[in-house]
Formats: sequence, structure tokens, C-alpha cells
Amino acid sequence: MSELTRDDVAHLASLARIDLAEDELDHLAGELAVILDSVATVSSAPIADIEPMSHPMPIVNVTRPDEVRPSLSPEEALAMAPEAEEQRFSVPRILAED
Amino acid sequence: MTSADLTRKTAAELADLLAAGEVSSRELTQAHLDRTRAVDDRIHAYLHVNAEGALAAADEVDRRRAAGESLPTGAGVPIAVKDVMATEGLPTTCGSKILEGWIPPYDATVVRRLKESGLPILGKTNMDEFAMGSSTEHSAYGPTRNPWDLDRIPGGSGGGSSAVVASHQAPWAIGTDTGGSIRQPASVTGTVGTKPTYGGVSRYGLVALASSLDQAGPCTRTVLDAALLHEIIGGHDPLDSTSISDPLPGLVEAARRADVSGMRIGIVRELTGEGFQAGVQQRFDESVQHLVDAGAEIVEVSCPSFTFALATYYLILPSEASSNLAKFDAMRYGLRVWPEGIDDPSAEQVMAATRDAGFGDEVKRRIILGTYALSSGYYDAYYGSAQKVRRLIADEFTAAFEQADVLVSPTAPTTAFRFGEKMDDPMAMYLNDIATIPANLAGIPGLSLPSGVAPEDGLPTGFQVLAPAMADDRLYAVGAALEARLTAQWGGPLLDQAPDVLTLPAPTTAATTTREA
Repeated sequence: MSELTRDDVAHLASLARIDLAEDELDHLAGELAVILDSVATVSSAPIADIEPMSHPMPIVNVTRPDEVRPSLSPEEALAMAPEAEEQRFSVPRILAED
Repeated sequence: MTSADLTRKTAAELADLLAAGEVSSRELTQAHLDRTRAVDDRIHAYLHVNAEGALAAADEVDRRRAAGESLPTGAGVPIAVKDVMATEGLPTTCGSKILEGWIPPYDATVVRRLKESGLPILGKTNMDEFAMGSSTEHSAYGPTRNPWDLDRIPGGSGGGSSAVVASHQAPWAIGTDTGGSIRQPASVTGTVGTKPTYGGVSRYGLVALASSLDQAGPCTRTVLDAALLHEIIGGHDPLDSTSISDPLPGLVEAARRADVSGMRIGIVRELTGEGFQAGVQQRFDESVQHLVDAGAEIVEVSCPSFTFALATYYLILPSEASSNLAKFDAMRYGLRVWPEGIDDPSAEQVMAATRDAGFGDEVKRRIILGTYALSSGYYDAYYGSAQKVRRLIADEFTAAFEQADVLVSPTAPTTAFRFGEKMDDPMAMYLNDIATIPANLAGIPGLSLPSGVAPEDGLPTGFQVLAPAMADDRLYAVGAALEARLTAQWGGPLLDQAPDVLTLPAPTTAATTTREA
């Protein structure tokens, strides 16, 4: 298992889209190292040749008839949006200027 | 009957009084709202009280009853709902600043079923942010206090739901349990809680923490009430593709029969003894003896992989949570924060600033941990290994249930701890769920009921019953049999031994929260 450095935590935070403050990075790097040491014990369990289990119930395709059901109106869907315009979600710019 | 008398009754008793016309739903809904007005500034169990809506729903039930309609069981008995369930027209925050003021445009299936059964919704209960925690100290709105001792935690994440029930602000409540968030709060407040079989209660409209572990269930003061509420909310839902299509077993019937004669009860060696507080273990041993006296046979089983359950859980949960919480992106609902010092920021910069401002420390910790466990190069060692151990744990349960009809253990290793005791040590906090986590990993049902108070501190202890998937009825048979013997021994419900919330000493410790602002 590898060490988790402060730079690693900063990189992970950027992947997770969380703009952590400097003191949060310091704090988290220490705590995560302790937690990782503990959870890394899973690899010492007798798990050779064991099938991974992703879900408690055996999942098969679940389908239902393709029928129109009542759904939210545009007004209801937009009612809690931070900003809405012309019956659409209004978002900050998604492209670079240049 | 005085309003105080009404709030001491069980939900089953209230349903009978309503059916007999001896009390109206308005009277008993008002009695519970009055109780909340009297005690909740001391407990802080509710994030939102729905007085007007609850009374309107109560009046509607009273009108229908007066018109001679045949009403579902429990109609008119008011209920509290954990703030992780979408409730149309009522705020739903999940204990997070990122959802402050969010009002869902739809009801969770559980909430819809409560409404269809005529249960007035009293309010939304406090919780650790996005259900991450064992104490409610991670709520962005401040912690809930334990009605037995205001300096102590009410359990978590569903500490609001356990506390409303324990402080008689609601006869029953809805909780959710991802690693013990119904059962551990029940244990430390002297109440009852069930995590149903995975898929037994719809997850539609439950804000997901870890989708393969989450399950909603009842929080009550008696085993029979839990069975009644479980039957109201349970059963197949086409809106949840993981919902079980088979009908529920007869839960209320099992609770009323309360028969354990000839039943094989397995004690899990790895979930007793070392690491469990002396008084917790003592009350557990006495409870086992009660079940023997009631005609059950005791066997000891061993599940060696359970020693890896905590580590497995703290890889699987953060991995699923980091993915589920990606939806809080400041675009369609919830908080939007513009970063300081950046002209014309991009959507990504707004997203990152919002998630930093809107999420608390524990949520950030788990999202980062999950992001790491799922990242390329580490996936096999962490998430991949955890999934394999999960299989081992499920297989050991299957083997154990060949030797025993149910398994039992103490619910939590200790009684309620003091605020702040474990806030700086995440691993110590995670250990609270050591006995409850295995059931979530395997998808099997579990119930916690009070087993007494620990002699050393006078605080409640919990007894956990686990059953095979889809055999939730066994929880209620064992729980009701034990409850009958214990309440006979105590001379009444355990909560009769709890101090009066109104005369409890004021807290000496400031309850810490994770948020500075």
C-alpha cells in the first residue's frame, strides 16, 4: 500500500471537485493516512479465488412496460435551481474564453 | 385522557384508541406537537416541524373516519421522518448545508405509503450529514442530544429519529440504516429499530449514501410497533429496481405470537466479549438467558471474516458515496457558491467552491477516501479486495444460518458516549458500528431492542437480532419474546426508567460540530 501525501490529497480533491483550503489539506492528509492503514487490512483476508460481490441481492435485468407516467412539469423541475432562464437550468460558463 | 398520557402510549395502543373513536387524530397529533414545543429546544431532534401540515392530515383522517370509511392500520397515528427522505413540499436537507432550503418536488415511496396510510407527518429529524456518522455531531445544523443525558450522543446517523421516539415527541419514526444508523441509535436511547432485508423497503426518494447498503426502516418504542410500521412501508415498488417482488412475511403476526420455543439462537463469537463494555455484555448475557428460559436453544457460531467487516465497509461505503454525492454539483438544485477572487469562473470552479462550502469535514473525508479507493492503480488492492471480503462475510452468514435460525449480539459495543469524545479520531467513531455493519454488507435484516441499562453508567444497552434475508419475521418473534420477559422483569418499559427531559441538568459540554461557520 502506498503512502498518501498532501499532494495526493490535493489531486484527489481536484478529481472530486472539492476546493479544499490549505488547512483542510493538512488535516485530511494525516487523518486519511490513519484510515487507509486500517482499511488496507482487507488485502490480508483469505480472498484468493473469491468472486467479488457488488450487491447483496443477485441482480437480473429489471424492466417495466414502457408507458408514459406523470412526471415533473418544467416549472417543478426548475423550481429549486440556483438559477433558471428560458425554462432551462442556467449554469456558469462551461468553455474557456479563448 | 391528558395530552401527556397520549404521548406515553405505543403506536399500537394509539391506533386502537383511534379505531374505537376514543381519541381523534387531531388530539394526538396536537399532543405530540405540544410535547415537541416543550422539550425540543433541549433535545434538538427536529430540523423542521410540520405543525400545520400534520394537523391538516390529521383532520382529513378524522373526517374519513367520521364518514365511516374503513381506514388502514395506524391511520391517524402521527410520525416523524428522517431528513434523508424526500418529502414533497417539506424541506429535505440530509443534515447538509449543500441542501439547505431544498424542497423536493416529489415524495419518496416510503413517504407516499405513510400518507396513503393516513399517518400525519410531524416533521423531519436531524442526522449526521448525508448519514455519515454515529453521533449526529456531523449534522451541519448542530447535534441532537440523548434524552437520557443531554451531554451524550443519541447515536447516528439517525439520532434525530431515535431521540424523538425516546423523548415521546413521536410514537414512531422512519430511519435509514447503511451500517447501523437505525440500530445503534436505538441501542443508545433505549428504543427499538429495524433494518429490513435489503430490497424489502423501497429506496425510491431516499437520498442515497451507499446504494448497495442503504435500507429504510422503523424506529419505535416497542417491537410490535416496529412490525406494524415495517408492514406499512415495506413491499415491492416498481420505482426501485432492487426492490424484492415477493410479499413480506407476516411481521405483525410474528410479533404478536412472540414464540421462540425450539428456535436455535446463534451467538456470534466475533461479536461478543473483547471490546464490549462490561455492562453491555452483562445485559446481553442476561437477555440470552431469558431466551433460553422461553424455550430457545443456544448455539455458538464463528464468522472469522467479520474481523475484516469494518475495513471492508469503510472502502465500499466511501466508494459508493463518492459516486452518489457527485450529483451535488451546484447546477440543478442546492447551494451555488461563486469562488472568491476569480472573474467569470467556470462551471467546474463554481462546483468545487460550492462543494467545499457545502460539505462538512466527514463528508469530504469519505468522498476523498472513495475517490482514492476507486482510482486506477489502487482499485484492485482496495475496492476490489473489499468486494471479495464482502462475499466471504455473506458466505459466513449463510453457513451460520445453517446452524442457527437467528444470530444475536450486543447492538453497539458501548452505551452513549459524550459529545466530542470521538470527533478527532475517525477510526474510534467508526468502531461504534462494528456489530451492525456485517448485516448491511450481506443484505440481511437486523433489529435492536433495549436489553436494560448498564450498571456502571445507568445508560441503555441494546440487543441485536439478525435473520436470513427475507426472514424478517424471525426478528419480531425473538424481539417480542425477549421484550415481554424484560418488561415483566423491569415492571414496565425501559423508557419509564429514563429521567424527565424537562428536569434534566443542562448540558455541561458544548456539543461540538464539524463546521466552523
